Amino acid sequence: MDAELPFRLELAGITKRFPGVVANDDVGFAVRPGEIHALLGENGAGKSTLVKMIYGILQPDAGTITWNGHPVVVPNPKAARKLGIGMVFQHFSLFEALTVLENIALGLDAKVPARELESRIRAIMQQYGLMLDPHRIVSTLSVGERQRIEIVRALLLEPQLLIMDEPTSVLTPQEVDQLFVVLRQLAQEGCSILYISHKLHEIKALCDTATILRGGKVVDTCDPKVETSRSMAEKMIGAGLKDIVKGKNRTFGAPRFSVKHLSLKSDAQFGVSLEDIGFEVRAGEIFGIAGVAGNGQNELLLALDGEVPVGRDAIVMDTTAVGELHPSERRKLGLCAVPEERHGHAAVSDFTLSDNTVLTARDRLRMVTGGLIKAGAAKTYTGEVITTFAVKALGPSATAGSLSGGNLQKYIMGREILQKPSVLVVSQPTWGVDAGAAAAIHQAIVDLAAQGSAVVVISQDLDELLALCDTLAVINSGRLSQKMVVGEVSIEEIGLLMGGVHGTAEETHIAPGAAHAVPA
Amino acid sequence: MQFRLEKRPQPSRLMLYAAPVLAVLLTMVAGAVLFSALGYNGIGAVLEIFTKPLTNPLKWQDLGVKAAPLIIIAVGLSIAYRANVWNIGAEGQYVAGALGGTAVALLTMKMQGPWILPVMILCGILAGMALAAIPAFLKTQLDVNEILTTLMLNYAVVQLLYFLLRTSWKDPMGFSFPKTPLFTASQSLPFLWPGTIMHWGVPTAIVVALVAWFVMSRSVFGFQVRVVGSAPNAARYGGFSAKRTVWLALLVSGGLAGLAGVLEAAGPFRQLVPAFPTGYGFTAIIVAFLGRLSPLGCVIAGLVLAISYVGGEVAQTTLGLPSAATGIFQGMLLFFLLAGDVFVRYRLKAVSTRPAGEAA
Amino acid sequence: MSIEFIVAIIVAIVLVATPILLAGLGELVVEKAGVLNLGVEGMMLIGAVTGFAVTATFGNPYLGVLAAALAGSAASMIFGFLTLSLSANQVATGLALTIFGGGFSALAGKAFLGRTVPAFTQLFPGELATHPIWRVIFGYSPIVYFSLFMCAAIAWFLKRTRSGLILRAVGENDLSAHSIGYSVLGVRYAAVAFGGAMAGIAGSMFSLVLTPIWAEGLTAGRGWIALALVVFAAWKPYRLLIGAYLFGAVMTLEVHAKAAGGFFSALPSELWAALPYLATIVVLVLISLRRSGLSGAPACLGKPFIPTA
Repeated sequence: MDAELPFRLELAGITKRFPGVVANDDVGFAVRPGEIHALLGENGAGKSTLVKMIYGILQPDAGTITWNGHPVVVPNPKAARKLGIGMVFQHFSLFEALTVLENIALGLDAKVPARELESRIRAIMQQYGLMLDPHRIVSTLSVGERQRIEIVRALLLEPQLLIMDEPTSVLTPQEVDQLFVVLRQLAQEGCSILYISHKLHEIKALCDTATILRGGKVVDTCDPKVETSRSMAEKMIGAGLKDIVKGKNRTFGAPRFSVKHLSLKSDAQFGVSLEDIGFEVRAGEIFGIAGVAGNGQNELLLALDGEVPVGRDAIVMDTTAVGELHPSERRKLGLCAVPEERHGHAAVSDFTLSDNTVLTARDRLRMVTGGLIKAGAAKTYTGEVITTFAVKALGPSATAGSLSGGNLQKYIMGREILQKPSVLVVSQPTWGVDAGAAAAIHQAIVDLAAQGSAVVVISQDLDELLALCDTLAVINSGRLSQKMVVGEVSIEEIGLLMGGVHGTAEETHIAPGAAHAVPA
Repeated sequence: MQFRLEKRPQPSRLMLYAAPVLAVLLTMVAGAVLFSALGYNGIGAVLEIFTKPLTNPLKWQDLGVKAAPLIIIAVGLSIAYRANVWNIGAEGQYVAGALGGTAVALLTMKMQGPWILPVMILCGILAGMALAAIPAFLKTQLDVNEILTTLMLNYAVVQLLYFLLRTSWKDPMGFSFPKTPLFTASQSLPFLWPGTIMHWGVPTAIVVALVAWFVMSRSVFGFQVRVVGSAPNAARYGGFSAKRTVWLALLVSGGLAGLAGVLEAAGPFRQLVPAFPTGYGFTAIIVAFLGRLSPLGCVIAGLVLAISYVGGEVAQTTLGLPSAATGIFQGMLLFFLLAGDVFVRYRLKAVSTRPAGEAA
Repeated sequence: MSIEFIVAIIVAIVLVATPILLAGLGELVVEKAGVLNLGVEGMMLIGAVTGFAVTATFGNPYLGVLAAALAGSAASMIFGFLTLSLSANQVATGLALTIFGGGFSALAGKAFLGRTVPAFTQLFPGELATHPIWRVIFGYSPIVYFSLFMCAAIAWFLKRTRSGLILRAVGENDLSAHSIGYSVLGVRYAAVAFGGAMAGIAGSMFSLVLTPIWAEGLTAGRGWIALALVVFAAWKPYRLLIGAYLFGAVMTLEVHAKAAGGFFSALPSELWAALPYLATIVVLVLISLRRSGLSGAPACLGKPFIPTA
């Protein structure tokens, strides 16, 4: 890094407003050539909006972008690429049914003959150790491989600035390490990297500088090597978060929810088949299922809540075999579930909250008589959920689509939890939810377990699981690992399992003393 | 300047009710322009079609008689479309209903009694359901798209009608015209008042709409239809079977189309003739949309479309417009309605800059 | 059966198959871009009446076909505006276009009822074009050769060109295409306009070559059969060609059966008339039995594109 050179990228006074919210408020920072610069912040802090403006997807309402010393306007992504800005999105913009080569060709502005493009791709792959078969259809690739396509696509343009938006959220720890090697090599060659994340340890390990955003404003620009994780976390989150309050010396009762030899062949084109899944959750226990996205989590949730019936004895609640029962029948027995996708799965966006209550609570709370719906009962219960879970909504007749993600999730969790289920299965309970709402949801889960319910939490957020759960297992390619006790298992071990190293019983037993995973 | 659609936080209730009214008005304006461009007296045609049926009391009964089958079919379609089941085979199911009722009528030519008409009606409903059961089976068991199957069956059923009229159902006293004998008094739908053409199908349509409205807004069945239609995954999560809903939606819409068919056969026609299929099954699609896929809305929309039918006939005789010209109005009405519908959920926002997805 | 008879059958099949091939090719491109336009029948009727009117007025069938293409395209733009710019429901809008097309063509065609139009001149020398055997290759209307050319051209375009790749990408994942910087709506408008032009030409084939007079609703549901064929062909142009000719065979069966005599000639004519439609249902069933998942269906088919960025 040479301080004499002009900044590669300099932002000043960048402001962007959306209806009802200021996403970026007077944001400014600078990135040097060859610097790995972190953009740190919670979900909703405005990181994505900011980089979309740098990449030309959005236009700032105010402020200036200076590129290598010259003020620029970036009207669209094509202009950004022309300047030398590359971007790897968090959600890949890939085309499942097309080949790697076709996908990369689509991302290039210049028309390159297929054969020449292929040799250039192979050269880049060689140079950075990003191995891929250019003729594979994308739908057959793993998530890590898909990310490599995006990176190769960005590198083909020989960028001077590479924006990485939450690149590790879908990777195993081992894949993260490989990615860091590539990024360091790039930085050494003079390419600046804008690295967006909310994972503190990654930023400490990788980045030279960190700009911290909170509520759309820059809180601080600092050196992550000097700062502690704790100090950065405080800046990122602001007011101290309430810790999850778990009762001390928690004891677990009899098994309430047992899954044995659950196998399910996926009939979807790109689905994952479940293979011989088994676990047992006791009364009062919170059991976590970790894993990288797309390893069978969705299929597992559908099997557990009854949306896809399985063999009768594969799922047992207390002593009742429920594997063949439909969701309504399972709910009557006390099994409630919250799927990952809020809009269109856990809730109907066009419907009022009251109607969304009827969707899952009509039987347990007797909202139906003689085939007719008791609208009053649904409204009353909805009001109760709104009050108890502090849901910000106009009332029971507000449509689900009008709520923010966090508030809708609070409503959905409340709707299920206040039905007092004996078993609760939730997937990604705090995905895209702000820190305050996440804390409230976590506390509600813990309280439910304290009343003797068995809880299953499926999440890709390992930190969440480590903080919340008593026990956990890892799902990979549709198989579930042995159950492990949180506090007795190392992150490295979980990482290996997430990466598909299927441990035997001996391997999964962790010697105490190694770097223990502890709640952050 | 470009414009962009921006999602409203809540669907606009105002636009929900204003869109159909606007659509009717815009259709009249655009219709006048189009007819003038084609060399007709555009304004005269629009006035003739849309006001004559209302200002001439002689036409009022006609409106009721034309609206009744439209309303009955559209109520069924509105339920199917809510469930996202695209039954566009109502025309065939309507003809099937008439065939079912006529089969009973031909068997009971020498009998009499008050039981004959109810049996005819029942068989008409069952025939409509039976025809709708084919796409229901194909959709639920084999995942065959119901749009194409329901549509193809329309053509097939009409050929069946022609075949029967040409062969075994032909009136032996009919001078070899392809038509059935006239129905007897026991087989015909009585008139509300003697001396009018208002038959019992008209109040039946109102009752059907009221019952459907109650069921759709208050019952678990109505809820199920709405959930399956707007969010199939949420419906499965809520414990509603998509397949069952497809069956119910097609059977209800097919049965109601069948009811309309048998009422029309036993009412205004009192026999079957090759000209029996008049496109009510297709027009009812527009009625269902104009009525906001709500049973009560279908009553109003059915009257509006009946006006265009009756008015179309008036214009045919007075202005020499071809009968299919009503199709123009109906198509345009649906266009404007669909365009207007967008503004229920979205509002238009002007943006001065070019959008991101601009590749030079 | 004499060879002349077989030639006559083949010529008949190719003629009736060509409109559904043309309309199907257009719709295939539209659907590859992720748009489901159910208004094929309406656009065909508009094309049919326009082609007939222009040919009857100016005496040049080529001009008529060109006008039919433009008219089909213009009609498709109504659909395009509603579904693309206003994100209206594609199924309902397609139905509206079909209803509108039926009414519009009936009204516009009223003045041309009973008129005749000059035929296309033969492309090939008379000895070949009317030769009892060689007419199987040389004896068709220019529109037939055009349809074959378009089949090959579209296959090449989709598979080999960058524009074809972009079109497929837009149909596969509109949000990604948008985020890379392609104009999703631009591509889709172009595809819809092309589909409209092809449907218009297909319609003009009815009024200029097959009948060749103008009659209300003369396309008789062939537009819907074209839609079914696209599914049957799994969105592949050459399979669409085969499918169209198979349907052409079904549609000409009655004539052959009557000529062959025996059992089939005794079947009622109504059954023969219903056969193409019943065959369509059978074909749809066969496809669903054969395929696992939706083979080849563009992932965004029928879904409105609303950019979130």
